[in-house]
Amino acid sequence: MIRPYGPDSLLVIVPAYNEEAAIRKVICEINAAVPGVPVLVIDDCSEDSTAYYARRAGATVLSLPHHLGLGGAVQAGYKLAWELGFDYVIRLDGDGQHDPADVPRILDALKTSGCEMVIGSRFIEGGADHTSFARALGIRFFRLVLRPILGKPVWDPTSGFVGVNRVALQVFSRTFPLEYPEIETLVVLQRKAFRFLEIPCVMRPRMAGRSSITAVKSLYYIAHVLLGVFTNVLKYDRRRRLRAWKAS
Amino acid sequence: MEGLLNLLTGISVVLIVLVLVSVRRMHVRVEYSMSWLAAAFALLVLSRCHVALNYIAAALRIDSPALALLTLAGCLFLLVVFRLSVVVSALKDANIALAQRVAILEYHIRSHEEHQA
Repeated sequence: MIRPYGPDSLLVIVPAYNEEAAIRKVICEINAAVPGVPVLVIDDCSEDSTAYYARRAGATVLSLPHHLGLGGAVQAGYKLAWELGFDYVIRLDGDGQHDPADVPRILDALKTSGCEMVIGSRFIEGGADHTSFARALGIRFFRLVLRPILGKPVWDPTSGFVGVNRVALQVFSRTFPLEYPEIETLVVLQRKAFRFLEIPCVMRPRMAGRSSITAVKSLYYIAHVLLGVFTNVLKYDRRRRLRAWKAS
Repeated sequence: MEGLLNLLTGISVVLIVLVLVSVRRMHVRVEYSMSWLAAAFALLVLSRCHVALNYIAAALRIDSPALALLTLAGCLFLLVVFRLSVVVSALKDANIALAQRVAILEYHIRSHEEHQA
């Protein structure tokens, strides 16, 4: 059972699908990095023993009744965190790519910067990555697309190492992109006039398993995310025009 | 062209029978059978009613009435498929929200049981 303690309560959430080989080590590393902080693993209806190993490592498991995909799993964690009253939520992946040693720095940045979201970035000074050439190319493309929309550069738009405060938590527990959430989330933030900050983080190779985004799926990924981004931009513009019309 | 019109009549009859049988066996819900039945009946009536078909072909500026009907049928079925995409999308959203709610409620029940124990 997890519950928030203190005024700046933190919950670490780990969406996981078939991560039995890595999940135990990830949770142990989180416990070592932020002792006493509750860890919630959202088991996206894994076909292996992810939930069992997560519980054995001391995490609380939220078991989804069927496979929802990454966005649905993350949003389930956000919804529970919001209901339980947590002030900050940091999400990292269950495959061990994100180093939990960076969690305290993300939390500090959330508390001190006043930003609603903090992204662990592998591409700003001090960060490190193990990204394939194709993925790096995709990231560069989305940087170019997002630059004019966000009004500021974003170096690692596909990072899943993300911390949010309670204001963003409220929004994301209601509205959250469901299939490939990272990039669209930035546009949702922009629509709400929220701010985000990137801090350097180390991205490690996966401890086990393979990425869900294969070479064939990457084209679908690009088209899907572009459509999602522009749909959000259109919503944003419509609201702005509506507000301007009401003001006039 | 008469052959094409006969073929479209046949397709519409098969579609009507298929939809009715599916509704009877409860494979398709009545509300989702309505758009298919409406489209199939429209296709059946127009493929047999040459006066209406000639009028439509002239309005669409298509020389062949059979081709005009084929175009119209294509548009009708596109609309039906689009409507079903809207329905499926809404159902998927509802399904995701329900699955999340079930997982959260299960979590609360388990927490409550642990607390009681």
